[in-house]
Amino acid sequence: MAIGVKVLKRPTRNVSYVRATLKGMAITFRKMLEPKVTMQYPEEKSAPEPERGAWTLSPRWRGTHRMLTDEQGRSKCVACGLCPQICPANCIKLVPGEDESGNRYPLIYEIDEFRCVFCGYCQEVCPEEAIHVGVHYENAEYSRERFVYDLERLSAQTHPVSTLWDPTDRKGE
Amino acid sequence: MSPELKGLILLSLIKLIVVFTITLIGVALLTLMERKVSAWMQYRRGPNRVGFAGLLQPAADGVKNILKEETLPGTANRGLFVLAPTLAFIPALTLGSIIPWASPLPVSVDDFGDALGRIWLIGGALRAAFHALFGQVSYHGLLSMAVADLPIGMLFVLAVGSTGVYGIALAGWSSNSKYSLLGGLRASAQMVSYEVAMALAVVPVLMLTGDVSFGSIIKAQQNGWWFIFPLFLAFHNFLVSGFAETNRLPFDLPEAESELIAGYHTEYSAMKFSMFFIAEYANMVTVSAMVVTLFLGGWDIPFIHWDETPGVWQTVATGGVMFLKTFFWLFFFMWVRWTLPRFRYDQLMALGWKVLMPIGLAYVMLIAIVIYLTENVFAVSSGVVKMALLLLVNVVLSWIVFMVLDRGLLITGTRQRAALPTTSRAA
Repeated sequence: MAIGVKVLKRPTRNVSYVRATLKGMAITFRKMLEPKVTMQYPEEKSAPEPERGAWTLSPRWRGTHRMLTDEQGRSKCVACGLCPQICPANCIKLVPGEDESGNRYPLIYEIDEFRCVFCGYCQEVCPEEAIHVGVHYENAEYSRERFVYDLERLSAQTHPVSTLWDPTDRKGE
Repeated sequence: MSPELKGLILLSLIKLIVVFTITLIGVALLTLMERKVSAWMQYRRGPNRVGFAGLLQPAADGVKNILKEETLPGTANRGLFVLAPTLAFIPALTLGSIIPWASPLPVSVDDFGDALGRIWLIGGALRAAFHALFGQVSYHGLLSMAVADLPIGMLFVLAVGSTGVYGIALAGWSSNSKYSLLGGLRASAQMVSYEVAMALAVVPVLMLTGDVSFGSIIKAQQNGWWFIFPLFLAFHNFLVSGFAETNRLPFDLPEAESELIAGYHTEYSAMKFSMFFIAEYANMVTVSAMVVTLFLGGWDIPFIHWDETPGVWQTVATGGVMFLKTFFWLFFFMWVRWTLPRFRYDQLMALGWKVLMPIGLAYVMLIAIVIYLTENVFAVSSGVVKMALLLLVNVVLSWIVFMVLDRGLLITGTRQRAALPTTSRAA
C-alpha cells in the first residue's frame, strides 16, 4: 500500500464466515437470556454488605467532607490553618477564633464542594483528625449556594470517613 | 352504486383504518423492542421507567418528537427537505395494505345499518343516520384480509417498494450537507443493486406458483410444501437483499452512524426525523411479512388443513399465526443487527453484483429447467414429489454456494486486495 499502512495477515483460508456468523448469533442469543448486570440506581444503592445487584464503595473513597466532633459535641478543629494552606483547589475558608481559656476554634469553617477536587490532603494534613473526606457520593442540591458546607453541616454528616491510601499497606488489606 | 359495491368500499375502509393503526402502533412498539433486545444482548435491561416494563416509552418518545424544534438548515432546499420524509413514509405504509394478514373472512350482511341498530341505546339513531347517509349497504362472500387483494401483488411490492429510496435520496440531496449527500447516494446505489437481487429471488417463487398474487402464492404453499424448502437459495437471497433494502445492519451504509453521523437524516429533527424512523420500521414489517408470505406459507398453519376452509375462527387463528411468524422475522432483523458488524462499501457492492445477482440468475435458469424436466419429461404430477426434487437440488446447490462463499474468495479482505496486483503478475 502506497502510504505504508500496516496490513495484518488474515488467515482467510482457515476462516469460515458462515460458521463465525452462526457462532456470533448463538452468543448474542445466549447472552440475551442471561441475568442482567445494570444496577437500578435509585432503588439499588451501594451497600456495605454486597447484596444482589448491589456493590460497595471502597473504604478509600474520597467523597463529601465530614467534620468530627468530640464528646461534648464541639468540633475537633483547632483552627491551625493547615487545611486551607494545603488545599490545591483553595476551597476551604477558615477564620480562626479564640475563647476565654485560650483555646483556638474556627469562627467560620466553610468548604465549597464545587471547587473541591477531593484529593483528601485536608484529611491527611489535619493534626487533630478533625476534617475528613467521607465514603459518600450523593450530594446533589437545587442551588449553587447549598454546595458551600458550613461547620454545622460538616459536623452533622454521619457517613463513614475515608481511610485514604496507606503507603505501608499498599493493597488495602 | 349497488349495495354490494358500497359494502366493499365500507369494509375496505374499515380494513384500511385497522391495518394503518396497527402498523403505526406496532412500529412504535418495535422501536421499544429494538432497544430492549439490544439491551438484553448487552447485559443491560433497556428502557423500563416509563410505564410497566417501559411499555409507554414509545408514547413518551412520540410526545418528545412532536414537541421538539423543527430545524431547517439555511442552505437546504426547503420544499424537497420537507417533502422527503413524506416520500419515504408513504410507500413504506402503502406496502402493508396488500399483504394478506389472515385467511379470508366469510361475510354475509344484508344491511350494515340494521347491524348498527343492534348497538345498545344509540343504535336506533345510528341506524337512521346510516340509512339516511348511505342507504342499503350489504356484503356477501369471502372478504380478503388484505386491505387491497391485488391480482398483481408481488409486482406491486417490487414497484412501490423501490420508490421508497426516492425519499431517502432526496433527503440526502436537499439537506445540502456532505454527510447527508453521501448517505443518500449510498442509499440509491444500494437500493438499485439489491432491487435486482431481490426481484431475481422472487422469480422462482412466481415460476413455481404460476401467478403473482399473494393469494395463489399462499395456496400453492398449502398444497405442497412451504417454499423455504424447495427454494432455499431463493429464500436466502431474498432475506439478504431484504436486509439491504431496509437499510438494516449489516447493510446500514446509508446511515452508518460511525462514518456519516446519521447519513441521510443528519439534518432532520423532531417529527421529520421520526417519519424516516417509522418508514424504516414499517419497511422491516413489510419485508418480514413478505418473507413469511413468499417462503413460509403466509398465514398457513402448518400440518393441519382446518385453516383452509373459511371461517371466523380460522381467520382469527391464522391471523395469530401470521403475527407470530412476522414477529419472529422482526426479531431476527434485530438479532442480526446487534450481532454483525457493518460491511465495507465495496464489499456491499461486490456482494450485490458479483454474488447475489449471478447466483440469482443461474438459480432462476436452473429452477426453470428442473420444473420443466419434472413436469414435461418425467411427467411428475404430484406436487410433493416435485417439491422433494427441488429440495434435493437446493441442498446440493446451497452446499456448493456456501462452500465457495465461505472461503472468502468472492468478498475479498484487505490483505487480498493489497496483494492482488503482485499475485496476478506472478501468475
